[in-house]
Amino acid sequence: MATTAPGNLLMTTVGKAASWARTRSMFPATFGLACCAIEMMASGSAHYDLARFGMEVFRASPRQADLMIVAGRVSQKMAPVLRQVYDQMPDPKWVISMGACASSGGMFNNYALVQGVDQIVPVDIYVPGCPPGPQSLMHGILTLHDKIMSGEIAQ
Amino acid sequence: MSEVYDTLASKFEDSSWTVSHSQTVVSVPAEGWFAFAEAAKEAGFELLSDVTAVDWMRQREKRFQVVANLVSMSLRLRLRVVTYVDRDEPSVASLCPLWPGAAFAEREVFDMFGVVFEGHPDLTRILMPDEWEGHPLRKDFGVGSVPVQFKASNQVN
Amino acid sequence: MNDSRNLETESVDIWIAGTEEPQFQPTDEGDQEILETESDLRMDTQMGRVVEDDYVFDDETDEDERMIVNMGPQHPSTHGVLRLQLELEGEIVRRSKPIIGYLHTGMEKTAEQLTFGQGPMNVTRMDYLAPLHGELAYSLAVERLLDVEVPPRAEAIRILMTELNRVSSHLVALATNGMDIGALSMMIYGFRERESILDFFEKTTGLRMNHNFIRPGGVAVDLHPGWKDDVAAILDDLPKRLAEYDDLLQANPIWLARTKGVGVITKEEALAYSITGPPLRAAGVEWDLRKAFPYSGIEKYEFDVPVGETGDVYDRYRIKVDEIHESLKIVSQVMDAMPKGDYRVPDRKITPPPRGRIDESMEALIHHFKLFTEGFKVPAGETYVAVESPRGELGCYLVSDGGATPYRMHTRAPSFYNLQALPIAMADSLMADTVATVASMDPVMGDVDR
Repeated sequence: MATTAPGNLLMTTVGKAASWARTRSMFPATFGLACCAIEMMASGSAHYDLARFGMEVFRASPRQADLMIVAGRVSQKMAPVLRQVYDQMPDPKWVISMGACASSGGMFNNYALVQGVDQIVPVDIYVPGCPPGPQSLMHGILTLHDKIMSGEIAQ
Repeated sequence: MSEVYDTLASKFEDSSWTVSHSQTVVSVPAEGWFAFAEAAKEAGFELLSDVTAVDWMRQREKRFQVVANLVSMSLRLRLRVVTYVDRDEPSVASLCPLWPGAAFAEREVFDMFGVVFEGHPDLTRILMPDEWEGHPLRKDFGVGSVPVQFKASNQVN
Repeated sequence: MNDSRNLETESVDIWIAGTEEPQFQPTDEGDQEILETESDLRMDTQMGRVVEDDYVFDDETDEDERMIVNMGPQHPSTHGVLRLQLELEGEIVRRSKPIIGYLHTGMEKTAEQLTFGQGPMNVTRMDYLAPLHGELAYSLAVERLLDVEVPPRAEAIRILMTELNRVSSHLVALATNGMDIGALSMMIYGFRERESILDFFEKTTGLRMNHNFIRPGGVAVDLHPGWKDDVAAILDDLPKRLAEYDDLLQANPIWLARTKGVGVITKEEALAYSITGPPLRAAGVEWDLRKAFPYSGIEKYEFDVPVGETGDVYDRYRIKVDEIHESLKIVSQVMDAMPKGDYRVPDRKITPPPRGRIDESMEALIHHFKLFTEGFKVPAGETYVAVESPRGELGCYLVSDGGATPYRMHTRAPSFYNLQALPIAMADSLMADTVATVASMDPVMGDVDR
């Protein structure tokens, strides 16, 4: 099953089918930390519905999730927890860094925050905003879907 | 209803009272901190609103100012009690025997400033990781900002 | 050994929520009548009215039988990054310890680097469900140090926005409270209503959350034309939806069984642990800062303060629903009585000039430049101002040394103190009640950790 294709190799039909299945039923892991978590909950609610993308089920256990949306500011105390949750997720997994604080430390350039969650986990999509509205988050998620479908992100 | 203030003032001779922006502030010496708080609680200040501290780095002789905000619900009054503690080994009595709700606040002051509260049931770091060194809100602890490089500028900070 | 949970509730008639009559009617086939059914032990056990008492309640348990379990910081039900260490004995929580600090952002240190005008942007992200209240406390503190009075229109706009914020925050609290206890529809309902309020906020302030709208000197911009229609639409719509919540929850036996008598905090405990807000009022203490130390002209409006009796989860839920109604009352009064005039203090040393003037007047340009680069200087002094946020007393202790940035800014966070009562409320209760209790205390971890 040619799914993890390195570099720019085109994926086979089986690989395409696997990517299609992965994008259409991505389960996010609940990693809502701060204000962005509220916007993440709002994007899962009735008005901006994440369920139409098959993603309304936020799995509490990282073992059952494949997408980690880091929503909010990551403090020094939380960083090891973040890494542990990421490690507990099975492959294939993706990370969306939601909001300014997760992407780069945001407006809090100080001792207490990790300046960008990509210092701890590899990030696939950065969604800017403080907090990003549900539309921005969904744009980020759909971009991730496109990237997986096109084979750009192999894993 | 300034009678309660007068009663407390007469009981504690070494307290100095001021009015700052229409709020009553009383400054007591560090040794009398607990006794004054106990008397205030009996006089009608049932609710301890907040315990915090200020670091007067070089502006004052005694470096740390510990502040307690008290609220009297029956008299609808506020009272701010302050005291000053030394820079080396700052310590003051804990208000936990009077108000168990001061526990978290005093731990935060200890974590952020290094002021020790004697009699506190569990004086450990609360906001920072346990193995963190230093007390972040002290004036000699830097902000810890990371230099940000902007692509448009030619120089690197 | 105090039982914080009364395990025998009185029997409740089973009927479908919303209908008047009980579902079972006597048939008219002769003399038949529905006999008083003897209590079915199986049904009672299933309904939770009777609990088989095989829990070990006496104190002489073996220490080895207790287990320390960690709940959080990444957990769906802990309302953010709260870590609870629970000492369990079977299903009963004996002791618990909340461990916080997983969202510590160093906001108080950051506040010392930002000017007074930039302060609201920082403070608004502390209690991110009631951002306007944080900004209000900060702005009131700065204005008190500056000794300025904001115009009446600014005060009225502030009350309008903060009371709508109270509604939206309580909606989130009800939504998450319901979801944690199992009423999953509450989540959808609560967030649906909140969207209409957030739409109004977006039209007025530009952002759905973390608005940076209430600034020292007044508010950032005036209300948009047509705001009255938007507010009227909200006032029209919300009470009907709140009736839906009552239909779902108010007489629901599952809800009542899971919330009545659960997580009790008595009046003495509440005062000892510096609890304010709905948990204090649920315990029977009528203390609301809007009535005791009124701010920003709120004494002009008529509203009641709902007070509970027993201090359990049910009372806290009921108070939140009632407070939504009261806030809508205030909003409608503000809407009718909105004064005309300036929306910020006309003092050009504090508030920036209108954008149009910058092209015309050199002085306006200089003022604008100085205010946004250097900031205005605030005379030396200290003050403490508190407002009634949806979670309790949200205070701002501000010390200035005469410069353009605060020397020390400390926020008295209501959730920080409310969390201290969790071990008391959860002692000797079931594990499932833990979730209900945490949800009802409504902690916002941004507030707790700052």
